[in-house]
Amino acid sequence: MVERVLRAPSQYWMLIMMWIRSSMAYPASFVLMLFSSMVLTVMDFVAIVLMFSHISSFGGFSLAEMALLYATASMTLGIADLLTGSIERVGERIRTGTFDVYLIRPVPAFLQTTADGFALRRLGRPLQALVVMVFAFSRLDVDWTVARGIVLVVSMIAGSVIFGAIFVLGAAFQFLAVDSAELANSFTYGGQTMTQYPLTVFGKEIVRAVTFVVPLAFVNYYPVLYLLDKPAPLGLPSWIGLLSPLVAVVMVALASLAWRGGLRRYRSTGS
Amino acid sequence: MAVIELTDVARAFTVTSRTGLRRTRREVRAVDGLSFSVEPGEVMGYIGPNGAGKSTTIKMLTGILVPSSGTIRVAGVDPSRHRLKLAKRIGVVFGQRTTLWWDLPLKDSFAVLQKMYDVPPARHRENLATFVELLDLGDLLDVPVRQLSLGQRMRGDIAAALLHDPEIVYLDEPTIGLDVISKARLREFLAQINADRRTTIILTTHDLDDIEALCTRVMVIDHGHQIFDGTLDGLKSSQSAPRTLVVDLATSLPPIEVVGATVTKVDGPRQHLTFPPTTSAAPLLAQIAANYPLVDLSVAEPTIESVITQLYAPRPSA
Repeated sequence: MVERVLRAPSQYWMLIMMWIRSSMAYPASFVLMLFSSMVLTVMDFVAIVLMFSHISSFGGFSLAEMALLYATASMTLGIADLLTGSIERVGERIRTGTFDVYLIRPVPAFLQTTADGFALRRLGRPLQALVVMVFAFSRLDVDWTVARGIVLVVSMIAGSVIFGAIFVLGAAFQFLAVDSAELANSFTYGGQTMTQYPLTVFGKEIVRAVTFVVPLAFVNYYPVLYLLDKPAPLGLPSWIGLLSPLVAVVMVALASLAWRGGLRRYRSTGS
Repeated sequence: MAVIELTDVARAFTVTSRTGLRRTRREVRAVDGLSFSVEPGEVMGYIGPNGAGKSTTIKMLTGILVPSSGTIRVAGVDPSRHRLKLAKRIGVVFGQRTTLWWDLPLKDSFAVLQKMYDVPPARHRENLATFVELLDLGDLLDVPVRQLSLGQRMRGDIAAALLHDPEIVYLDEPTIGLDVISKARLREFLAQINADRRTTIILTTHDLDDIEALCTRVMVIDHGHQIFDGTLDGLKSSQSAPRTLVVDLATSLPPIEVVGATVTKVDGPRQHLTFPPTTSAAPLLAQIAANYPLVDLSVAEPTIESVITQLYAPRPSA
């Protein structure tokens, strides 16, 4: 088990290199996709900037604060999508029977499935998020300390892991219902659209749901509140944003159980 | 020491069918009470009609599927519990789906497999050189897999399955869709690998020429049950498929009368007679030669197809 975990990064790297080279077999398509993915995500942020030409604050957030919220949501989803988003193809693999090919190889099926069709063009979103983040910090008056820097980096990692776990949970669900790829998408891509706004604008019920049910609020909202010294909603303590890594660990545990359960079911039903 | 051992293995599936609003669940036993063992170096043909349980068996032997009951040992381990470990010791070729990277040159797939299976580089080069020569892959190494013909791709897939020196190779319909020359070349290659390396080969196929050319042993399954296990000759003689004697007479005659055989077809001076496989053709010939103007003759053995058809046919559905 330990050996398996230690070997995973190099095996994953080896697999994604194969897929990157595969995508380079169609260079024009690659360039177009990368370009369109960047344009799409840029338009996303332009919409927010346009909104702020009519208002000066949204849910208690200024444009620069909104930019930080947007950048962190986009960054975490972008990283998770780049590294684990391909796992949603598992349903297609099961349907066509090619998933069996992954099960006869001496590399865990999980690694092969997350690397399946690795799309470097998905780098477009985190790159764009980085640009927006630089813009946000250039206009924000944050009192930078080492501790705050660490909080930012750690919560970006934790947020990516939470989104990644949701991708995996969605993929695991496809072992039960092969056509359910869109279900996970509503929590990941849909979740990102939501968490780029101050969550309080959606009402208390939603804030509760994304805190206690699907913990999307821990991806970026609570950590950003902490960084900006803003009070947390629902009477929660302001340090709740520091709990993101813990939430990430719980999500990974759930995702791992679900994936194993799904795989076990597949191997006992063959469909 | 058997390299593969199955004891009373069963695999049931739940099939849900819907008629109107009513859903009915019923259990289908794809494999039921299967027991057999395979010795190292054997080449076993595993045949049966579609849905007989062949693929289910192969999936259990590779560890993809967990059996519902019974025990399986492959290379000394339980495949479903040690799937990843066992993977290095077996090779699998799925005739209808490739394990190669579609958009990359063939050699890239081989290179990544070397890393995946931890094959020592020297051994990898040696194997690759052998396979390139035997399977004539030299010109194909730089071609993306998607541009290969079916036969070329299959050769690539078979090389890929053997690069890590597996002890056991499962070939699931490896010659499906190939032309006669490609089939012959593949069979020759597999026979050589088996001879050189004592690789155990389990072959499922619908092409009985594969069996004829390669297998020292044939196992037939139907409805999840084993219905025959033995040599190909044994399979032929186990069934009372009649042999055929074709005689050419000097002139056209009404059906001739021969004790121990019956005329089934008259075609001008040529007459077809069938006789049971237990009878020798010699006394029949003596009779015919003594009573009729015999010019030429030939004896046709029952085709393996007719034997198999007979084997499947009498089974009432359980």
